Amino acid sequence: MERINLDYVSSKPIDPRVLEFAKKFLEHGFGNPSSLHSVGLEAKRALEEARAKIAELINGESEKTIIFTSSATEANNLAIKGAALRNIGKGKEVAASVIEHMSVLNPMKELQKNGFTLNLIPVDSTGIVDLERLDEILTKNTTITSIMYANNEIGTVEPIKEISTIVHDKGLYLHVDAMAAAGYIPVDVQADGIDLLTLSSNDLYGPQGAGALYIKPGIKLQPTLLGGGQERGFRSGTENIFAIAGMGEAARIAKLEMPQESERLKAMRDTLIKEILKIKESYLTGHPTQRLPNHASFRFNHIEGESILLNMDMYNIQVSTGSACSSKTLEPSHVLLAIGLTHEQAHGSMVLSLGKSNKMEEISTIVKAVKETVERLRKLSPLYKKEVM
Amino acid sequence: MDQIGYSKKVMEHFMNPKNVGTIENPDGYGKVGNPVCGDLMEMYLTVKDDIITDMKFQTFGCGSAIATSSMVTELAKGMHVDEAMKITRNNVADELDGLPPKKMHCSNLAADALHEAIKDYKGKKEAKEMDNKG
Repeated sequence: MERINLDYVSSKPIDPRVLEFAKKFLEHGFGNPSSLHSVGLEAKRALEEARAKIAELINGESEKTIIFTSSATEANNLAIKGAALRNIGKGKEVAASVIEHMSVLNPMKELQKNGFTLNLIPVDSTGIVDLERLDEILTKNTTITSIMYANNEIGTVEPIKEISTIVHDKGLYLHVDAMAAAGYIPVDVQADGIDLLTLSSNDLYGPQGAGALYIKPGIKLQPTLLGGGQERGFRSGTENIFAIAGMGEAARIAKLEMPQESERLKAMRDTLIKEILKIKESYLTGHPTQRLPNHASFRFNHIEGESILLNMDMYNIQVSTGSACSSKTLEPSHVLLAIGLTHEQAHGSMVLSLGKSNKMEEISTIVKAVKETVERLRKLSPLYKKEVM
Repeated sequence: MDQIGYSKKVMEHFMNPKNVGTIENPDGYGKVGNPVCGDLMEMYLTVKDDIITDMKFQTFGCGSAIATSSMVTELAKGMHVDEAMKITRNNVADELDGLPPKKMHCSNLAADALHEAIKDYKGKKEAKEMDNKG
């Protein structure tokens, strides 16, 4: 059976055009962009070109607004700890939605251990941030607020413009994690009113090992990595030229192809949702319309997510789940609990995330595999029988 | 190095579990786990002269929960109940060529379910003997 990848949310293959573009930096040596000789200058040019391409994807004011990091996780850490620690004189409060990625929540929890107040903003049952609560929670002491553009587990896209208006009316800074959103939906830092924005190279079909942080002109951060003062002092350490050049090219392609590709994915997503919801006691997780074009997430009563993942893998279809059994902590996904699911309901989750390789012709194979998987696991489940009887 | 992923044997038992189902009026019945935690197992026994002649299970849970349930039925079928009481979680994991470390505790409940079912059988048997005496 040919592989059907429905786990683009976990990792993406590098776009062959990106690899072709960036591989010269692997083959011919990297050069250090801080060196003044010709090889160093070539690396420097590649770095600045990548910066410009990324600024263009998100409509940054200039290429100077982009800082490269080793990953989106590092960019999130830099944004949150950097803003909180740099502005400690203004207050010791930080805020985030309950459904943020762990690379946002854990730095905030660390700040909390060091005397900061962490305010978590609830979401409704579709995953949309409670704007009234946001307005109530933020005070003049809240030095950084972090709300994701879109959630990777339930696909919900947040009303970022409305959120930034609330944050800015109080004179505060907004950080937005756009890991899952960039490349799928238009992200415009100026129109959306974003002060800090995180991007991931791999999520744009670029190489792993690079991330970026957009920093609005004038915003000051305390660096998390100290050293030779690369990246305008925000992030020391010799830049990963291969990954960064690749990320830039991936951003250029994403900008160019997003409108068409998103429409194509949306059509597949909608068919998947329509067909899978025909299964008895199956439910969509996340928002029915305000969702990523490539994202279809579900939960099924009476069965467990890791079993679903393993069973789908037997059809050579790769999916993901927020079940406890597949997590490192053995706790179900904090996102699924935050939208009000019980532990029992959260265990039965399945995420299908579409990408470049998927075709409409695959949909019937996928739907058949999901139906058979759910049916087989329910036959094994003592919970199913009980409710039927 | 810690085991990465599931062994081939776990996947075989996950894909083709043995002895799935229920037994009406079982001689022994055991239930362990909790759907809130993500694992729930039910074991059914038919016992003749203290020998387990038939065994069925139903399991809600992850790959290892299903595979260990299947394996324990294979191990215990045909055994004297006192022998079957000696089957441990480790025996089940070993027979499956090992489980990933974090699964050893959370989803390796099948031996416990078997033991519960045997205790239920012994309790019923005692009650019957008391009845007969009475």
